[in-house]
Amino acid sequence: MGQAVTEPAPQLFDGATGKWEVVIGLEVHAQVSSQSKLFSGAATEFGAEPNSQVSLVDAAMPGMLPVINAYCIEQAVRTGLGLKAAVNLRSVFDRKNYFYPDLPAGYQISQFKQPIVGEGEIFIELADGAVRRVGIERLHLEQDAGKSLHDQHPKFTYVDLNRSGVALMEIVSKPDMRSSEEAGAYVRKLRTILRYLGTCDGNMDQGSMRADVNVSVRKPGGALGTRCEIKNVNSMRFIQQAVEYEARRQIEVIEGGGTIAQETRLYDANTGVTRSMRSKEEAHDYRYFPDPDLLPLVLTQAEVDAIKATLPELPDEKRRRLENELKISPYLAKVLVAEKETADYFEVLVAEAGKRTGKKPAEMGQDSANLLVMELFGLLNKDGRTIEASPVSAAALAGLLALRLDGTISGLASKEVLAEMFATGKDAASVVDEKGLRQVSDTGEIERLVDQAIADNPKQLAQFKAGKETMLGFFVGQVMKMSQGRANPAVVNDLLRKKLAG
Amino acid sequence: MAIDKATVAKIARLARVRVGDAEMTSLAGELSKILTFIEQLDEVDAAGVEPMTSVVQMGLRRRPDGVTDGDKRDDVLKNAPDAMAGFFTVPKVVE
Repeated sequence: MGQAVTEPAPQLFDGATGKWEVVIGLEVHAQVSSQSKLFSGAATEFGAEPNSQVSLVDAAMPGMLPVINAYCIEQAVRTGLGLKAAVNLRSVFDRKNYFYPDLPAGYQISQFKQPIVGEGEIFIELADGAVRRVGIERLHLEQDAGKSLHDQHPKFTYVDLNRSGVALMEIVSKPDMRSSEEAGAYVRKLRTILRYLGTCDGNMDQGSMRADVNVSVRKPGGALGTRCEIKNVNSMRFIQQAVEYEARRQIEVIEGGGTIAQETRLYDANTGVTRSMRSKEEAHDYRYFPDPDLLPLVLTQAEVDAIKATLPELPDEKRRRLENELKISPYLAKVLVAEKETADYFEVLVAEAGKRTGKKPAEMGQDSANLLVMELFGLLNKDGRTIEASPVSAAALAGLLALRLDGTISGLASKEVLAEMFATGKDAASVVDEKGLRQVSDTGEIERLVDQAIADNPKQLAQFKAGKETMLGFFVGQVMKMSQGRANPAVVNDLLRKKLAG
Repeated sequence: MAIDKATVAKIARLARVRVGDAEMTSLAGELSKILTFIEQLDEVDAAGVEPMTSVVQMGLRRRPDGVTDGDKRDDVLKNAPDAMAGFFTVPKVVE
């Protein structure tokens, strides 16, 4: 089922000769969440001592042969299926040849002509609600290179091969994006999908996800311009900044009478500019050829189908279900699905609340979403905590929700209870009892308070009788105060109307 | 197909092989001969035939995911000329 697409407006840049449009394509490198490397049994864990997670295969010692990690193949297929892409049952590993100190073999094993995954798609939503379909060109498996450290010694570059051979999925988009916001939204959405699938942890700080950003400019609707590739940008913010800077730079060059050379550039986050990586230029002739150490990778349709059968509900589908079946507002549904942890928490919350109240998900979807997003998120943000570190579990929050839904506590008291649960880790029922916050719905008790409020305030009563309807609010306030916030406001309202009218 | 000296120089640079000027001319001749020899294959009509990447009629052998190797830094660095602090070192390369 396709998604409604409302074409977003392109981001236009002002030049001396008029408006310019930016065209963006992204190559995202996503590290497969595997224990060991793509072609060796060395560990992949982040932050290990230098060169402690290197096998002789990763160090490219002569005579060492690569053996592929079955799990990495499955994750690539899984990701492809999550991107609604065609899986190629036959793919081939090639050698991409270039020399660099962090590439001991002198070539990277990658997939060139026959990648494991073909065309797919991602839908991104922008701040104004416009939706863009971004085509996926391909996904292929390849090895990561090692890491160079340039600042450890005045004369030497240090090389750590722990990353050498780690499995990456390179996910290449079509040049379908037209603004820096779209580029950012694309990477965010891709990250969300990968995390739902569990194929990549999406941790940009640790380098598990990085992007090469291809940028070109053209007159709106004109022929495509020459693109520059900005390598290895490692945060959402930098991706957006790099696009903006690069588009302006290219416009300036063209309007100054120059031409754009197709080249590799580097984004410097400190200065906010991109600059040419001259050293990479001549290396562009990679002389790909099929790796003679590796046979073609052949999958059966049954294998692909088995993986397909285990796919989780993905963010777009989940969002539609939350909106259509749980009757949750589009805004809250969007917030709930954006992070896998939030979505998982919410599912438990609704299930647990259902068990306690006997209500159907559709009857309390919006209340559950409100409680989580509007209230618990507020407390978490104030404390700088993520949902995983929440002191209130989804089951505990469901306990609170149940008490609120069945009228045991008022909405006002509920906020106080949640704050206490958050601070102490106690469950909702204990807090309610300790603080005596059980809502009073007993008409007899409330009636006494109502009578007293009326008797105590003759002046306000006269005003009400004289037609000042808003005085009703004053009396409600009085009764609530006398009950220390425990009176059921609906009952109070009801009784007051009757008494005041009488 | 004729390979000229400029192409020889480019290939040599990509392969990080130092080739003297005198050798370039003879290498250009030799490489041209090799390519001409291979071009005989063009006589065969191979339209619609899958490129062959292996003569073995089997798929790629796969291994289960698991840490079975690594943790041998000293072995890995044994042949490195100037290893320092557990790293390989190379003359500074700065972008």
